[in-house]
Amino acid sequence: MPVIIQIPTALRQFADGQPEISAEGSTAGDVIAAFAERYPDIKRHLYDEYGALRSFINVFLGENNIKNLEGPATPVKDGDVLILVPAIAGGTGKSA
Amino acid sequence: MILLDEEARLVIRSEGERAYPNECCGFLIGRFGEAGARVVTEARPVRNSREKEERYHRFVIEAEEFMRAEAYARKMGLELLGFYHSHPDHPAEPSGYDEENALPFYSYVIVAVEGGAAKNLTSWELSADRAGFVNEPIGAIPAAFWNANIINIDKEDI
Ligand SMILES: [Zn+2]
Repeated sequence: MPVIIQIPTALRQFADGQPEISAEGSTAGDVIAAFAERYPDIKRHLYDEYGALRSFINVFLGENNIKNLEGPATPVKDGDVLILVPAIAGGTGKSA
Repeated sequence: MILLDEEARLVIRSEGERAYPNECCGFLIGRFGEAGARVVTEARPVRNSREKEERYHRFVIEAEEFMRAEAYARKMGLELLGFYHSHPDHPAEPSGYDEENALPFYSYVIVAVEGGAAKNLTSWELSADRAGFVNEPIGAIPAAFWNANIINIDKEDI
């Protein structure tokens, strides 16, 4: 079941410059994993060293952040569109 | 190379001072110029969405705000080129936390704010392999850029 993934500008360089691709899977997490398998250079930007999606990577299924649905286990169907959107975080990290 | 408009620098510095002792954050908007230089014509403040008690050493720009900024840039015929944030009473150098959370491609401008006064301004780009931040020289926008590029300078709220 192909699902469309919209790739953020910053990560297109790791996916042959494409703004979107299609990948297979029955959950949002599976589809993104299939995408990352195809473009291994993108993996380190999507996943942390423990293999979890990085906290700043948000996945929208249409209008809804999958955090507010079932997370990576959110079911997807043929023709759905997943949008990868970064949140931007940082700071000095100093303690009070 | 990142070329920062004078007004954009002013916005970054004054936002850093206004937010002190907390961190400020915002978007850098403009277009690519000669030799791939990022030409920032607007610094656009956004709220720091971290919990109040964390804002002295952390910032976050939510995904929804990110989408709004991209849409704004597109509407203006420009691009989202990066982000700025402040380091209250801390050098203008990226922290490990900055690095963990960064994306390649974008410029990360940092302004040091010492005792409430904006000081050093630096810019950084994450290497494609996430090995670390590389310092990026900051320059001024040459007059020729403005002559060759028509940019609507009436900044809009969206
Ligand atoms: Zn920082």
